[in-house]
Amino acid sequence: MFSNPDLQKLLFGRLTLDAVPLHEPILLITFAMVGLGGVAVLGALTYFRLWGPLWRDWFTSVDHKKIGIMYIVLALVMLLRGFADALMMRAQQAMAFGPNEGYLPPHHYDQIFTAHGVIMIFFVAMPLVTGLMNFVVPLQIGARDVAFPFLNNFSFWMTVSGAVTVMASLFVGEFARTGWLAYPPLSGPAMSPGVGVDYYIWALQIAGIGTLLSGINLIATIVKMRAPGMTMMKMPVFTWTALCTNILIVAAFPILTAVLALLSLDRYVGTHFFSNDLGGNPMMYVNLVWIWGHPEVYILILPAFGVFSEIVSTFSSKRLFGYASMVYATVVITILSYLVWLHHFFTMGSGSSVNSFFGITTMIISIPTGAKIFNWLFTMYKGRIRFEVPMLWTVGFMVTFVIGGMTGVLLAVPPADFVLHNSLFLIAHFHNVIIGGVLFGMLAGITYWFPKAFGFKLDDFWGKVSFWFWLTGFWVAFMPLYVLGLMGVTRRVQHFDDPSLQIWFIIAAFGAVLILCGIASFAITLVVSVLRREQLRDTTGDPWGGRTLEWATSSPPPDYNFAFTPVIHDHDAWWDMKKRGYARPMQGFQAIHMPKSTAAGIILGVLSIVFAFAMIWYIWWLAAFSFAAIAVVAIGHTFNYNRDFYIPADEVVRTEGQRTALLAERV
Amino acid sequence: MVPNESMPVKTLRTLALLPLFGLLSGCNMVLMQPSGDIAARQRDLILASTGLMLLIIIPVIAFTLLFAWRYRVSNTKAEYDPDWHHSTQLEVLIWSAPLVIVIALGALTWISTHTLDPYRPLSRLDADRPLPAGVKPLSVEVVALDWKWLFFYPDQGIATVNELVAPVDVPISFKITSATVMNSFFIPALAGQIYAMAGMETKLHAVINKAGTYEGLSANYSGSGFSRMNFKFHGLDQAGFDQWVAKVKAEGKPLDRQSYLALEKPSEREPVRYFSTVENGLYSAVLNMCAVPGKMCMNEMMHIDAMGGAGKESHGNRERLEYDNRYAEQGVEAPAATVGGSGRESHSREQPEGMKPKSIAPDVKPDSAPEHSGHDHAGHDHAGHGGPAGDGKDSKGSDPIAPGQLNR
Amino acid sequence: MATHATPAMNFEPGRNPGVTIPQVDPTTFYDAKGEHHPEGSTMLGFWLYLMSDCLIFAALFATYAVVGRNYAAGPSPKDLFDLPLVALNTSMLLFSSITYGFAMLEMEKGDLSRVQIWLAVTGLFGLAFVGLELYEFHHLIHEGATPQRSAFLSAFFTLVGTHGLHVSLGIVWLVTLMAQVHKRGLVPENKRRLLCLSMFWHFLDVIWIGVFTFVYLMGVLQ
Repeated sequence: MFSNPDLQKLLFGRLTLDAVPLHEPILLITFAMVGLGGVAVLGALTYFRLWGPLWRDWFTSVDHKKIGIMYIVLALVMLLRGFADALMMRAQQAMAFGPNEGYLPPHHYDQIFTAHGVIMIFFVAMPLVTGLMNFVVPLQIGARDVAFPFLNNFSFWMTVSGAVTVMASLFVGEFARTGWLAYPPLSGPAMSPGVGVDYYIWALQIAGIGTLLSGINLIATIVKMRAPGMTMMKMPVFTWTALCTNILIVAAFPILTAVLALLSLDRYVGTHFFSNDLGGNPMMYVNLVWIWGHPEVYILILPAFGVFSEIVSTFSSKRLFGYASMVYATVVITILSYLVWLHHFFTMGSGSSVNSFFGITTMIISIPTGAKIFNWLFTMYKGRIRFEVPMLWTVGFMVTFVIGGMTGVLLAVPPADFVLHNSLFLIAHFHNVIIGGVLFGMLAGITYWFPKAFGFKLDDFWGKVSFWFWLTGFWVAFMPLYVLGLMGVTRRVQHFDDPSLQIWFIIAAFGAVLILCGIASFAITLVVSVLRREQLRDTTGDPWGGRTLEWATSSPPPDYNFAFTPVIHDHDAWWDMKKRGYARPMQGFQAIHMPKSTAAGIILGVLSIVFAFAMIWYIWWLAAFSFAAIAVVAIGHTFNYNRDFYIPADEVVRTEGQRTALLAERV
Repeated sequence: MVPNESMPVKTLRTLALLPLFGLLSGCNMVLMQPSGDIAARQRDLILASTGLMLLIIIPVIAFTLLFAWRYRVSNTKAEYDPDWHHSTQLEVLIWSAPLVIVIALGALTWISTHTLDPYRPLSRLDADRPLPAGVKPLSVEVVALDWKWLFFYPDQGIATVNELVAPVDVPISFKITSATVMNSFFIPALAGQIYAMAGMETKLHAVINKAGTYEGLSANYSGSGFSRMNFKFHGLDQAGFDQWVAKVKAEGKPLDRQSYLALEKPSEREPVRYFSTVENGLYSAVLNMCAVPGKMCMNEMMHIDAMGGAGKESHGNRERLEYDNRYAEQGVEAPAATVGGSGRESHSREQPEGMKPKSIAPDVKPDSAPEHSGHDHAGHDHAGHGGPAGDGKDSKGSDPIAPGQLNR
Repeated sequence: MATHATPAMNFEPGRNPGVTIPQVDPTTFYDAKGEHHPEGSTMLGFWLYLMSDCLIFAALFATYAVVGRNYAAGPSPKDLFDLPLVALNTSMLLFSSITYGFAMLEMEKGDLSRVQIWLAVTGLFGLAFVGLELYEFHHLIHEGATPQRSAFLSAFFTLVGTHGLHVSLGIVWLVTLMAQVHKRGLVPENKRRLLCLSMFWHFLDVIWIGVFTFVYLMGVLQ
């Protein structure tokens, strides 16, 4: 580019044209697709003059409902990327036998499995969970928004920045080739020179800030902003699980931040925390990262448990069995999740007493988890179960998840783990709990709360098609991996010699195609539902015969959620209200105090992407510039004292009047 | 497990086998049909634990499906009690049933983790045979290199690459380390895996009970050549083993520091190699990260540190202790280098230096398991004289890695 | 109209629990007078943030505990640390906490100019602390005891440096707040922010006590 290498280095750091994969057809096609799709979307936005509304009503919005929806949109987009990686891996492993090297050379394949893990955990599962909590929790506790609405918007944009950083590695440079937890010394400066691990570090650091702040935000919301009368033991179970999850986030993510910061110091400054030489200790990384990593598993699964608790009682038209034991089980899981991290590396050579301690604490977690399963079971008992799509996901979860739980406990037995560790059995296990637990839960939750968010239900037929494809696809894709694990096949392998394994990989690849059909059907569900929205319209605000407060308001809820703050007497507050003849208030509306939208969040998000990119490519001037810009914008934002406004009473009257008319129409 | 426990274990095993039976007959599940006593006991443990858990899992699945069916909304005959949400007896049951299983499983875990501790010397040859008195275990020192395994036989004074041989029914005592990133030493038919880590030594005790050829591999991802970091493990009778040792001594080359350092460079699909003699203390030097002349050994460093360090005037020690920078110094591509550090273009199909393209690489794992006579190994051995790093370089003609590959 | 919201409309046949209880006073279920205002969550939120920050320090302390004696055949704490200097440094930070306390007392009284003076004094003590720490770092690096020398020094520089970075951040925040107090006076928002910074500042004090004890004292006296 430049004849003077020093000048080029000054201006572009280590970024050169070689970093753009111009010769790689897979990536060029992807890039072309993304580019065309992007142009199409941008064109449509311009054509329909949606930029203004999008900016005003969504990007700068501090409304928890809109932020929640944006989190879920982000997660679904990233799911497509993560799943594309999964398909590529399944295809490579199904063909790379003997003389056939497959179509992915090792250094490309290694990036794909790393990216798949990172994206699925950090940019699919986490935004799904955070998004659902964001949308539902304030409604369930009768609040008007979260405790810190601006912070909420900022957290979201930090998560987006992390996701954009990961995506950028696809087209500029490469991603890490280390596995999703980037164990050193492999991820250190000597073994992983280049931008891959730096992309990994900065994406996770930036997204991690967002996650941590949103955790603090939701704890403060749940602790301080519950409607009058809602004591802790009257909170809906989903809110309970959200509280525990956010406590886990606040108590676990700082460890990840710290450990990644130490790894960055090793890489950028040349310190010796995790190197082999000069006193470094790579095993310290493994310990620290799993002290974050194991609670992370429960961060993901607890809200899913909450979703299932809500759904099973709603669709059984019956009060949840054993509310108190459900709550205690959640709290016990929260605490125990910090005492099990070592089970991820029994094979490191700790003493047998240490290994058995961590093995047994892991098994103990299965007791409260088992109690939860039984509670759902007995909620169905003597109920009137309506098999709408959310309930299908729940039953599918119960049957699938117990298998994953069983293999998990099996892996917690240290001598068994010695043969199963790092094997495809392990892969099958955690996909069994993450797909069968977290993902089923989130899809159930999306289907369940969709009418609340948009005012119409999702199409039933395509929802069921999607469910059955996902369920069978999961079983077909991962049962062969259990078998392969027992055949001694380990993870992250790009090529095999033993031809007798191939049939199992082909079955697994077929399962992945079934899951693809599940994803496609889910997309069709969305499209069909939007087209049929008039038939699917929910005018009541309570399409499922719900039990908790979010169903007390209209669908979609007004900006202020509740014209009057509800007063709670029992858990299942809305059920109680319906049962005892609640009448909707019709007069006496007052002006409502609300937070104002702000663009600071998205600006900080964009600047963070620039900063990350500059750090990854060693473009120091740009890093300094963007860092200074971040500081200026952040400090500048604190000088803005004009952050709230009142929705005038007559606007509340108008909104509530519209709802009254809508409710009257239906009768 | 222990013989007096075998009754319940056997019952449980039968229980667990029922659903697995169809699959078992279909393929070779090495973990379910191992050939070493440790792996066999691990198999028994897997089956016993699975059986224990199925005691609760099967009823849960059955009841889930049953309740889902029975209480469906269209079945108006089923009882409906919307306010029934508590039952002390049931609560006790749902907490205590998993508790009982976990207590049983916990006891099993505690006992088995201690009896099957990889650091614990064996106490028996298999379920029916105790360890004969005075038997001396075969000692093997294992080093994970960039993408091959180096085995030292200290008592025989030989070493091999990518071929491990042990006599049947003789306890083997492994000491395991790595000269590079973390790997995991795993022979599924023999025993569970254990990590191989640089500057650290892990241990594994095992015994092979059946003669045969088995797969060995690295179970922990370690960079470019990881997928091809396999080796064969041969169980031979004592006479066969002695013959094999004699053959290694006859056909092998000596292994000294220089040839070790050439061997250490990254390469994959390495052919089997024999070394007739081993320089004194080489394994210890590899373990202590001081195989390169002039480097300070880690045990020496730890001794100095325990004495309170070497004071301010010890700048020279730093260079003597540097170890991770050798990829850059040797000018070979690091195991997980990406663009900006690899000298390759982004996502290129070009193989990293040191990797052998399929076309010229000898196949370490032929489809049919070879006899353990080792004729073919000798052939490979000759092919490999030139040193592993050279092959990759010649074949690809790629430019030497630019010094800019370092992150700093 | 109100009857449209009675149970009948939301219950389909078959899922109605079959209970019809006469109307109760509607205000049972909502706060008709708009009396309910959630209490402020800022202090709780900031406290949660501090706890998460505390965990970052916990991880750094743990790291120091693990590799703190890996000198890599190089200098140890005894060779490097200058206790009198660190004691002086510690006193700067402790004094700054006291002066911040004075600022808060003046804030309670509502004396704007004295608040500003005490904040300025606090900031100067903070600057002195950071300056002394930078001098110490410079001196160590000059002697060859760089963060790259050994795992012990990596952990030392990171732990102490992270604390120093927090103090520097605190100073930036302090200056910002002084400008805001100057501009708007002791309005409730500014009082809340001053309280948050107060917690932050004292928190850094507590962390420093840990650093001083575990790193410096125990390092030299072991």
